Amino acid sequence: MMNMPSKLNLPSYKEQSQQVKARLDEVKSQPIVIEVDKLVKEFPSEDGVRRILDQVSFKVHKREFLSIIGPSGCGKSTVIRMMACLEDITDGLILVDGYPVSEPGADRGMVFQKYTLFPWLTVKKNVMFGLEVGGASKFDAERDALQWLDIVGLEPYADLYPAQLSGGMQQRVAIARALANKPKVLLMDEPFGALDAQTRAKMQAYLLQIWKKIDITIIFITHDLDEAVYLSDRVLVLEANPGRVQELVEVPVSRPRSPDQFLSPEFLTTKIHLEELIHPSAKETQDEFEVVKMVAREAD
Amino acid sequence: MYKHEKWFRFGKDLSPERVRGLTIASFMLPLILWSAISYIPALWHPEVQINETGDSIYFDAGDRVDVETFALENKNLADSDSIPMVGKRVNPVYFPAPHEVTKAFYYAFVTEPRRDGEPWFHESVAHSVRVVFWGFILSSLFGVPLGILCGVFTTFSKLIEPFVEFFRYFPAPVFGALAVAILGINDAPKVAIIFIGTFFQQVLVIANTTRTVDFSLVEAAQTLGAKPGRLLFKVVIPAVLPKLYMDMRILLGWAWTYLIVAEVVGTSTGISWFINQQAKYRMFENVYAAILVLGFIGLGTDMILAAIGRQLFAWEGGRKSVFSRLFSKTVPAPAEAL
Repeated sequence: MMNMPSKLNLPSYKEQSQQVKARLDEVKSQPIVIEVDKLVKEFPSEDGVRRILDQVSFKVHKREFLSIIGPSGCGKSTVIRMMACLEDITDGLILVDGYPVSEPGADRGMVFQKYTLFPWLTVKKNVMFGLEVGGASKFDAERDALQWLDIVGLEPYADLYPAQLSGGMQQRVAIARALANKPKVLLMDEPFGALDAQTRAKMQAYLLQIWKKIDITIIFITHDLDEAVYLSDRVLVLEANPGRVQELVEVPVSRPRSPDQFLSPEFLTTKIHLEELIHPSAKETQDEFEVVKMVAREAD
Repeated sequence: MYKHEKWFRFGKDLSPERVRGLTIASFMLPLILWSAISYIPALWHPEVQINETGDSIYFDAGDRVDVETFALENKNLADSDSIPMVGKRVNPVYFPAPHEVTKAFYYAFVTEPRRDGEPWFHESVAHSVRVVFWGFILSSLFGVPLGILCGVFTTFSKLIEPFVEFFRYFPAPVFGALAVAILGINDAPKVAIIFIGTFFQQVLVIANTTRTVDFSLVEAAQTLGAKPGRLLFKVVIPAVLPKLYMDMRILLGWAWTYLIVAEVVGTSTGISWFINQQAKYRMFENVYAAILVLGFIGLGTDMILAAIGRQLFAWEGGRKSVFSRLFSKTVPAPAEAL
């Protein structure tokens, strides 16, 4: 797999077609919805404190689809949980529309990897939950909930309980529930991580459809590079120990996206670049190997 | 059918027929054992009940004596050419047969009290139920909210649980004398004993149960804009209810076990009083009948609560409850109403 780039004559991931460039320029000209400014997260540990995130900063524009990837332990989940204010901020700021936030709120909807539908409420009432929190009348909440369920294609299942739905369906309800609140940004923390491959592919298509239909900014955590490239305008790559921004990669793949593009040169070159960023390069592996040999020699 | 189904398989369910059969057997086996010991003299019957005393001057008709004593006396009588005693093998008076207990079960309810002013059996039973009920309700009134708060907020947990943990090792009965001194000799100290016996366990059990709630549900609700009050009442409590309900059924069982202690505190009342009275009269079949009543009330209550629970928490299995089905029939859907 890693030998492929030398055989394929791929363009640089930085080369963008006119159409893609126009699209990205348009995204970047939009106002900033959420800004993460020098975010630091420390946990107490046995030897003092452990820094999980170190000075992470990035900005997300309106209508943008941004993915965050990184090796395990880079704190990508922590970033998104801090954006939702589900984790305390050690230092730095989360700004929504320019104002710092410190409490969880309906302006930052979230979809979790775990199925978090309320099992005692029907599908419809799950979607109504946030609407009623927001002060909507029961009648309005019910009408809106059914509309949102229609958008994710689950209106016929409105009166079922979550336990009666498959994992993919539950996640679609969770997306409808988050979107019904009309959040400024939708935070998705590996939302398809627990699904099987086929369902995951379907869900990715669904999400792109929904995103196209609705005026929403999405921040998406994943460890699946295909998923990141397939869905996003830009991909934020974090490095681990401590989590730092490594690169903000603009995806040169045109929209609308389809699974056919998985093998297009732009797609492959982006994916290979991300792969190189995330996994230690061949050189480092070589160095580690040298160290092992040295240790072995000394042991003799 | 389930011809080749094995009886013993690790962690596997049995067919419904077998489950039903085993449940019935679970009650039938002790009953069969009891009947066997009661009706087959060869199994035990260590005493002889004397019907005719013959020439014996030591015994009266109706006396129960050891088999050995009976044989010795009859041998003595035979040696002196006297008329021997006639009797039949019986079990001790404290081991009545099933039919005697069944009869007693019925007669206990219809027999007038021996003395004026003494309660009928059903009044004793009602008294017992009342004491348990109030003890348990009062305990739950404080124990459940406190347990939930401890489960949700570490501040409550660390402030309350260490002392409760210590206090629960005091056996409730040791507070009997104190409760009588403070609360008088009527039902108040009895209710207090059941309260003490239940409350401290309840706080800890419910706090632990609350801690098992999936707090990602709380986080989801937070990202939907829910504030603390709603998080507690619309998320944590509904989430914990099925397990809490289960806990309450178990705790109610514990409350029942404290009943007998509670009832002998101060003036003896209720089923315990009845049992003690009947034991004094050596009416052991009545004692067993009363014990069975306790069992039936306990099991009956639990079965009713379990059935209600299955309906209340139908959503756990993704089912509609009977209640909601009734409700949805009587209220037309919005589309039809328009």
